[in-house]
Amino acid sequence: MSLLRYEPRFFADLVKVILPLTAETMAGLEAGDLVSLSGVLYTGRDQTHRRLCALLEQGEPLPVDLRGQLLYYVGPTPARPGQVIGAAGPTTSYRMDAYTPQLLALGLAATMGKGARSWAVRQAMRQEGAIYLATIGGAGALLSKCIKKSELVAFADAGPEALFRFEVEGFPAVVINDLAGRDYYEMVAAKQGS
Amino acid sequence: MRLIDPAAVTRAVRDLAIAAACDLEPDILDALLAARDREISPLSRNILELLLTNSDIASREKIPVCQDTGIAVIFAFLGREARVGGDLAIAIQEGVRQGYSEGFLRMSVCDPLTRVNTMTNTPAVIHLELVEGDTLRLCMLPKGCGSENMSGLAMLPPSAGKPGIVRYVSELVVKAGSNPCPPVTVGVGIGGSFEKAALLAKQALLRPVGQPADRRDVADLETEILTVINEQGQGVHGMGGNNTALAVHIEVYPSHIASLPVAVNIQCHAHRHKEIIL
Repeated sequence: MSLLRYEPRFFADLVKVILPLTAETMAGLEAGDLVSLSGVLYTGRDQTHRRLCALLEQGEPLPVDLRGQLLYYVGPTPARPGQVIGAAGPTTSYRMDAYTPQLLALGLAATMGKGARSWAVRQAMRQEGAIYLATIGGAGALLSKCIKKSELVAFADAGPEALFRFEVEGFPAVVINDLAGRDYYEMVAAKQGS
Repeated sequence: MRLIDPAAVTRAVRDLAIAAACDLEPDILDALLAARDREISPLSRNILELLLTNSDIASREKIPVCQDTGIAVIFAFLGREARVGGDLAIAIQEGVRQGYSEGFLRMSVCDPLTRVNTMTNTPAVIHLELVEGDTLRLCMLPKGCGSENMSGLAMLPPSAGKPGIVRYVSELVVKAGSNPCPPVTVGVGIGGSFEKAALLAKQALLRPVGQPADRRDVADLETEILTVINEQGQGVHGMGGNNTALAVHIEVYPSHIASLPVAVNIQCHAHRHKEIIL
């Protein structure tokens, strides 16, 4: 029994954004903008970050050049036969806060997950000229439809925490932290008068 | 004494794990629909619409609702007139292993120190309770940790009373912001001891979303806390509006005269739960 029969329908009036981001594109984005992402991004979560930063500390090369790229915090479910990927929604971003400044210093242009970032990460974003986006937590089935290709890049033994390269099309997100240092969660809270 | 085949337990747990990940129950779908209908923020209304679309895709195409298919928490209520003809815990763990593997679910369980993934999503967390009757009731609650991580417990002084409880629970939920994927269901355990309160908070999530507590004063407290949380206006995913929480469920248990334990277990909007009676 299904109570619902919805056709997939996303936000209207999304700002179309091509990945990897250019400096010009990023400068045009403001906190609160609803965007639709198309192009290439890389994925990583807790263990991926731990390993990337361990490589950096040892002076070893990273398995992928993250300069100018968007890193999406996700640990997908395995694809069933015939599927590109399983459910692939965002994980909570604050757990990556300890590692993010190092990756931003390297030239990572943007990160995407859900939930607010630490003050240190926000300062690092301002310093390095990076932005942060949130996508829809708990919408893993729907978001999987926007992933057209998935390729394992590194850390296969970490299972769902491996580093993947995704090709996405029309992937919905909200700009939370823009280049001007604004934070959309704070703007919403301020509007409530709290 | 009725005999229950452990192989039947394994099959049941396997099927519950797969079904829970992909098919939301009518209680949470109804709660999300009602939230959409009363939502005042256009953006949050849009996101609620999107979440309903997501559950529909998940159910039709057997893709998990959320990629965090959770650590499996299983409540086993075993009737005193029933006996499992083997090891109940082993039967349950094997069901979890099979379900997560055969259902293409995510292996999300690791050693807490080395962080090495067990790659089977076991061990599950099992709570066994002896009850009246001759059946085995299995409740599966695959728990995502975006919400689990925002949970908390306070050993309040009894003088804090109801106002202290309202403040602690509402501040915890509001401080969690968009991390636990609101609109959330808030499980609250009041009383007992340190660990009893935590267990009650989790057990409160087994109740159908929005069903009030039996005790009138407890139900009133649920309504009061829900109102305070939603008045803060954080809304769906922190995007603003009047639906930060869908429901507050409180379970109570007598406590020590010196103590007022309050535990809060937060559940995301993808509130996955399934049960079966064997």
